[in-house]
Amino acid sequence: MSEDVVGGKVGKGLQSLSTFGAGTSRLEFLAILATAVIVIGGLELVLRWFAVPHYIMPPPSAIVAALVTDFPLILPHLGHTLVVLLSGFAIGAGFGLVLAAVITQFPFAEKIIAPYILILVTTPMLALVPLLILWFGFGYEPRIIAVALATGPMVMINSATGFRRVDANKIALARSYGASTLQIFWKVRAPMALPMILVGLMIGAIFGLLTAVGAEMVGGGFGLGNRLTTYSSMIRMPQFFGVVLILSLLGILIYVIFFLIGKKWASWET
Amino acid sequence: MAEGVSGETKLAVRAATKRYGEFVALEGCSLEVRPETIVSIVGPSGCGKTTLLWAMSGLNPLTSGEVLLDGTPITRPRPEVGLVFQEANLLPWRNLIDNILFPFEIKGQAPDRAWIDHLLERVSLKGFEQSFPNALSGGMQQRAAIVRALALQPSVLLMDEPFGALDAFTREEMNQLVEEIWLETRTTIVFITHSIEEALFLSDQVVVLTPRPGRVLNVHDVPFGRPRTMEIMASKAVFDLTNRIKAEIYGQQIAGRAAAE
Repeated sequence: MSEDVVGGKVGKGLQSLSTFGAGTSRLEFLAILATAVIVIGGLELVLRWFAVPHYIMPPPSAIVAALVTDFPLILPHLGHTLVVLLSGFAIGAGFGLVLAAVITQFPFAEKIIAPYILILVTTPMLALVPLLILWFGFGYEPRIIAVALATGPMVMINSATGFRRVDANKIALARSYGASTLQIFWKVRAPMALPMILVGLMIGAIFGLLTAVGAEMVGGGFGLGNRLTTYSSMIRMPQFFGVVLILSLLGILIYVIFFLIGKKWASWET
Repeated sequence: MAEGVSGETKLAVRAATKRYGEFVALEGCSLEVRPETIVSIVGPSGCGKTTLLWAMSGLNPLTSGEVLLDGTPITRPRPEVGLVFQEANLLPWRNLIDNILFPFEIKGQAPDRAWIDHLLERVSLKGFEQSFPNALSGGMQQRAAIVRALALQPSVLLMDEPFGALDAFTREEMNQLVEEIWLETRTTIVFITHSIEEALFLSDQVVVLTPRPGRVLNVHDVPFGRPRTMEIMASKAVFDLTNRIKAEIYGQQIAGRAAAE
């Protein structure tokens, strides 16, 4: 049930993004741009008009300026975060996908394993980070493991929904031509599951980013999450918001990448 | 040529029985299909028509009894038998030509492009090779499914209520198409339908099944020339045969209900 909720929301999100892109005329585009200018410009004006101190809320211009001047300092931390995110995601997604593909072939095993996956999905993996640090120290390892633990169950639960979506007639079609179990998997089950797998990968990546940043806040030393705690403790709010901006751009990037993959490989769904 | 009776029989069903637990779908159902003929199977809903057809395809084995193709039992899907499903059953992530090539991919066999082109031409799908199923109408999808089934040049084509979901006009067009294809290829066709008109238009023989458990109640020869023109289909002989088959089917339903009460 929970996986349907997770999948459903993002599924609709993907659709609305696609309609957003497809049906936007030049006029609508201008209106969207004008709204953005008004919101950001208005924020700038209000913050300056009331002379709000930068340590409470810096104006957008100061954030951009800080981002430009301090970017060489922030860049290595972005690199660390990407290493943690990408390796953790690859491990988690790999396990999640294989597990989903295997487990859906054995309904009985699936029933046994389902509660644990549900617990893994619903428990924030950040909660485990202090323990992981205790076990693995302050390097990459606890962070990568935390990201993998956050990503894997999300990928698995959504992919499993995809693999479970079997159309008996399509499998019968393949069987009527003498298809082997492996051929049925690669040529019928996998393509049929692909849209849900992509949803799972996207949610997994976003949860992974969340967990990576959280783990870096706790783990200290390096990474964008660590920059957030450092900058806020030094009350360097323009830099702090600069890092937040980078993180939201990362999130948007994840979304766009999977949106484009879905458009290319899973557009038959809609 | 095989010896004796099987020489005149392409496909034979012998005492076919299919049980799903307590549920008996078919019981002692026997029929024979002569080569290069079209045989329709009609009967009330739930009389095991589809079960029978799936047994013929080798996808769904019988509980007892057997299906013989050219005298040899069918126990698993055979390349000489093509199957057309109730829905077009195209793979939505493949374009039309890749759907038609799907059987060849599974078999690891080189497709006969000239034959496929000819079939596409025949069913007016030339130029739609790159289209995806969701961009095609229901009739076009079912035509593509027929091309897919014929691409492997089967000697028997099994059709499971293939046009049930189409509107009446498209359905008539599809019936004519099946007849044209049959006139060209002489593929033996077993055709399941709810429509007696469709059965009489297409068939050389109409097999009437009893309500569940399905058994053969009667076999009617349909001795009209081909192509079946509107004049033939509007004739008194067709009208009378239609009514006789209807009476058989409804008569059983009434009897069945009386027995149930």
